[in-house]
Amino acid sequence: MKNRMWINLFMAIIVAGLFFTVSCAKKTVVSDATTIEDQEKTKAAADAKAKAEADAQRIAQQKLEDQMAKEKALKEAKAMAAKKRFENQDVHFEYDSSELSSMAKMLLKEKAAWLKENSSASVTIEGHCDERGTTEYNLALGERRASTVKIYLINLGVAGSRLNTISYGEEKPIDPGTTEAAYRKNRRAHFVLE
Amino acid sequence: MISIQINKRYCTHYMVKKLILFLVCFFIGSGSVLFYSIPVSARDYDYINITNPFLKKTPVAVTEFKAFNKHPAEVKAGKTAKQILKDALDFTGYLKTMNPVAFLSNPSESGIQLGQINFRDWTGIGAELLITGGVIEARGKVKLELRLFDTFNTKLLVGKVYTGPRSQIRKMIHLFCSEISYKLTGKWGVFNSKIAFISTVRGKKEVFTCDFDGYNIKQITFHKSICLSPSWSFDGKWLAYVSYARGNPQIFIKNLREKRGSIVNYKGMNISPSWMPAQLKLAAALSFSGDQEIYLLTIKGEIIKTITKSRGIDVSPEFSPDGKKIVFTSKRTGTPQIYVKDIESKRVQRLTFQGLNNTSPAWSPDGRKIAYVGIEDNHIDIFVMDIDSGMPVQLTMNAGDNEDPSWSPDGSMLTFTSTREGGIPRIFVMNASGTDQRRLLRLKGKQTQPDWSMSKSTEN
Repeated sequence: MKNRMWINLFMAIIVAGLFFTVSCAKKTVVSDATTIEDQEKTKAAADAKAKAEADAQRIAQQKLEDQMAKEKALKEAKAMAAKKRFENQDVHFEYDSSELSSMAKMLLKEKAAWLKENSSASVTIEGHCDERGTTEYNLALGERRASTVKIYLINLGVAGSRLNTISYGEEKPIDPGTTEAAYRKNRRAHFVLE
Repeated sequence: MISIQINKRYCTHYMVKKLILFLVCFFIGSGSVLFYSIPVSARDYDYINITNPFLKKTPVAVTEFKAFNKHPAEVKAGKTAKQILKDALDFTGYLKTMNPVAFLSNPSESGIQLGQINFRDWTGIGAELLITGGVIEARGKVKLELRLFDTFNTKLLVGKVYTGPRSQIRKMIHLFCSEISYKLTGKWGVFNSKIAFISTVRGKKEVFTCDFDGYNIKQITFHKSICLSPSWSFDGKWLAYVSYARGNPQIFIKNLREKRGSIVNYKGMNISPSWMPAQLKLAAALSFSGDQEIYLLTIKGEIIKTITKSRGIDVSPEFSPDGKKIVFTSKRTGTPQIYVKDIESKRVQRLTFQGLNNTSPAWSPDGRKIAYVGIEDNHIDIFVMDIDSGMPVQLTMNAGDNEDPSWSPDGSMLTFTSTREGGIPRIFVMNASGTDQRRLLRLKGKQTQPDWSMSKSTEN
């Protein structure tokens, strides 16, 4: 990316340089002629050339800026997508379990990488349960889910001080249904950036 | 103006003293309810054993109330009082009010006192108990004369006179019901108890209270957050509950009369508060150590001692009625099961061995049983286990999810949450044997986690 930018800049300078040399050469030719008309013509031509030259420079500059903006936006979009993914990808659990599946571990490795790249970010890990089981037991289970995730992230090298945990038990289901599919969605660790 | 001829054995000067006392009470006592007893022979035996699971309901006849001056306000007060009385008696699991169509005589005309009742009229229709009532109403003040008779032994069991403003009729009747309960079962019963519970208000969970029968619903908290697990102190003056109002779950300890209290806010989770009997201390599950354990706390939230010390989930403590043991839920063997720990000796005993998910224990007031929640094949139901035999009995079946059992103060009933009506959680009650399951109250939103106050509540 950076290279292309430099090449563009370089090209722009060369183009501008060429225009400049050409106009200088013509000027010498024009000064050899002696009629006023000729002089006027030459002046007009020189003005036009100078204008074209400036235009070209401006266009090149604009192109460069556009390119830079586009690349910046692209970069930002990518970062945003990575952040969204970090926040929206929940880690799921089996019924009455706070153990991490291989799928969960894969997701957590990705999250650990993101946290290392974004070293200023702090995250709250929310532990949630499906509605089966009693309220208080599920609060306890939700806390164990959140702390299992926290410990795993610490083992992957994320500072513990950046990781908070809270359990909501069965208080905040994302799917209020009573099907196995709904229960599966609700048994989760959810990530909220501060 | 009022003559009281309660008992022929009264000697005259005693009666005059009582009459003066009564008249003074009648005219001075404005807001509060005053009462005195009509003397009866000493209690000789308990009529009803409410712990018997095969209890047959005792038929009781409640007569029309005698309006002494027969003016409309008095007649109306009598009707109100009689209805409250009948509702309260029918609420119990051991009494059944009879249909008045069967009645052969009318004591409101012929007399409501011992010498004026023909008990054969009542034994003849199968009424084992008879309640008569009299009412005097003057300028918004009501005097109620109430008597409970044993019809077969032709005996006055309870006689009481109550006076107070008309707005207090409900309270007066319930005081009389407590006397009836004490006479018949040896326990004060449910009539002066309250139930705390959680209800949603615009999607947020708040703490509410109501009377034993679902009346007088009051919203207690306004945190606009998530409130959980309300628990009454033994004297009914304090409520402890969990709230997310300040971020992490913390235990709020609140005095209901005075605006004071404290917050248990250790790092991590502060959940499942449960008061000790006879003392203002409570047990709760805290996770500040990195592992969830049960602790004994002062009313300010200071730790008195650690009760459990075992890796894994330990929650939902409840004291035995003598305060010496704690029943709780633990996952120490891999699945949630119910355990009992002796606080002094630290001996732990596992109680549940059937099923893979047993939680939310509640100790019966007589100390002999544990009610709890068992989950099998996605069915969530309430069980009761006799501690000595270890035999579980299933109380709810094929009627939605059933959770959060809590005993009535006399142990005759249980309140619980059920989703049997349209999948929405509501507060229900049933007799301790599982009979007469019915919805307790109607309120917008979802209701969960009822907690029945331990004994006579003073919050009125």
